[in-house]
Amino acid sequence: MAELSYREALNTALKEEMDRDPEIMILGEEVAFYQGTYKVTRGLYAEYGENRIKDTPISEEMIVGAAVGAAMSGLRPIAEIMTINFTLLAMDQIVNHAAKIRYMFGGQAKVPLVIRTPQGAGNQLGAQHSQHLEAYFVHCPGIRVVVPSSPADAKGLLKSAIRDDNPVLFIEDQNLYNTKGEVPNYDYIIPLGIANIARTGEDVTLISYSKSVQDCLQATKILEDYDINAEVIDLRCLNPVDTTTIFQSVKKTGLAVIVNEAWKTGSVASEISSLITENCFQYLESPVLRICAEDVPMPYNKTLEKAALPSVETIVNSVLDMLKVEKSERA
Amino acid sequence: MPKIDNFLDNPELIELYRKMVLIRKFEEKCAQMYLRGNISGFTHLYIGEEAVAVGTISALFDKDYIVSAYRDHGHALAKGSSPKKVMAELFGKATGLCRGLGGSMHLFDQKNRFMGGYAIVGGGIPIAVGIGMSINYKDEDLVCVCFFGDGAVNEGAFHEGMNLAKLWNLPVLFVCENNYYGMGTSVNRASSVEKIYKRACSYDMPSVAIDGMDVIEVRKTVNNAVKKIRRGSGPYFIEMQTYRYRPHSMADPDRYRTPEEESIWKDRDPIEHYARRLITEGIIDTYELSEINENIDNEINEAVEFSQNSPEPSKEMLYKYVYAE
Repeated sequence: MAELSYREALNTALKEEMDRDPEIMILGEEVAFYQGTYKVTRGLYAEYGENRIKDTPISEEMIVGAAVGAAMSGLRPIAEIMTINFTLLAMDQIVNHAAKIRYMFGGQAKVPLVIRTPQGAGNQLGAQHSQHLEAYFVHCPGIRVVVPSSPADAKGLLKSAIRDDNPVLFIEDQNLYNTKGEVPNYDYIIPLGIANIARTGEDVTLISYSKSVQDCLQATKILEDYDINAEVIDLRCLNPVDTTTIFQSVKKTGLAVIVNEAWKTGSVASEISSLITENCFQYLESPVLRICAEDVPMPYNKTLEKAALPSVETIVNSVLDMLKVEKSERA
Repeated sequence: MPKIDNFLDNPELIELYRKMVLIRKFEEKCAQMYLRGNISGFTHLYIGEEAVAVGTISALFDKDYIVSAYRDHGHALAKGSSPKKVMAELFGKATGLCRGLGGSMHLFDQKNRFMGGYAIVGGGIPIAVGIGMSINYKDEDLVCVCFFGDGAVNEGAFHEGMNLAKLWNLPVLFVCENNYYGMGTSVNRASSVEKIYKRACSYDMPSVAIDGMDVIEVRKTVNNAVKKIRRGSGPYFIEMQTYRYRPHSMADPDRYRTPEEESIWKDRDPIEHYARRLITEGIIDTYELSEINENIDNEINEAVEFSQNSPEPSKEMLYKYVYAE
């Protein structure tokens, strides 16, 4: 075990995988000479050289398209898109191409491609640099979507994504890059589609992913003061999503709250809510609750930005409302 | 008429003819099958453009890659796909090239390195560039040919792809099939630069415009280009001027072209002209020509029969290939 940041854990995963398989290469904006906009690829250019780690022009559609072509012809490319906001420029290659190629060509082709991209809000970056867009990709069959919440998961899930033969959108949380945690030194993988029960509890199920998992865990500490013991499920992966773990937990607690930082309308929270309602209706003691970002473009102003995003406080208050517990009842 | 230079032997020259006729007759049969309701969806026929696919692909190694767009039947056949399997794919049958999951616009043939038909204009271009990157990564002596139409040169993907191919000196041959219409809009109504080969100048990429109705000119130009590319000189761009005799797709009423224009191009028919040259130069006689035609008629009838008798894909195919295991 070593204490690593989320960023260092990702960097370690990239190195270990590149050492293991010479067909793995990285391309993207500022990944080589600049060593990564968020420094996830630090040191790789010096170590692996320009054939295996390539700086590209600012051409997102081209970056993903080239990675698709390379993946179809025997390489295992990792494309970095600087932030998820720019994946919209590559949407044609992701949705119309990467996600369709295996299927529409009758299983003859495979696209073992990872698109790494960070997302996150709360840094006053304004409307075009603060979006959470995972739902756009979860909507589309043919592409895996991974959303790690801790350094150890970041390493194990990235290794898994790289070894997967499907296109994988690997969404890193830019607000977690500096978060530290214990990370095993050895080669381990976390299979895609297995959720993590981050905390066990009996009273209510909090379902989340990425940074919101940390918010949920903080909320559970406050909820303890009200004698509420919440279970926290970290989905880790949104496609495939681990419905077994979700349903088991909701059947046990009878209450489900889903937290994500993306807009509420059409969100992953909405989808999970439907799945729970369809499959666990008779176990529910209260309607499923979604705690999400407000449906607005992100404002620049700090106070308004904060108001647009879910927080530990909103999670606590929503659960208290759900359980009809007064704030004054705090122990 | 200029003599055919003897850079190819007679069987090779005859094979160019055979392939063009195969594509022509295959496509004519497709039109018939579409009208009879055996083929559905958008069906874009290659009739008139045969010299482009045949001339280009005949200059390649078997191991070279090609990437196509949605008018892809001719490319697949020229690269060696079985007419039976292509026809069965159009019929949507389990025996089709893509097991009935792709259809007319999404042919693919891994064993021939036919890397797919893509139906988003310009969408195949970044993929072809990625294949070029892969070839260089593995230090192979191969080329990836990327076919696209005149409409694609106004897409962002085209410009991003051209830039990267040149920047990284990738072994990609860009072949623009200029048939003068992007669906119903003529090139001069869509492109600020009418001479499409000039687009390559922006990327400092060598380019040339040639007569895409002349299979020998196509073959020679491509030979020359791929030789340079294999020597490491980087990407090359060829505009091949051609014409589709049929509408954009089987669903297009074709009200934007004049009969005069159509007849000018049909007078330059790639197959008829080439046949005359072969006969004039004593490479083939009329008897042998009609024998070739007859054999192809049989081959295509067999393809239709095979398709008609083939099973539908089973229900389990609905989910089978969404994800790799």
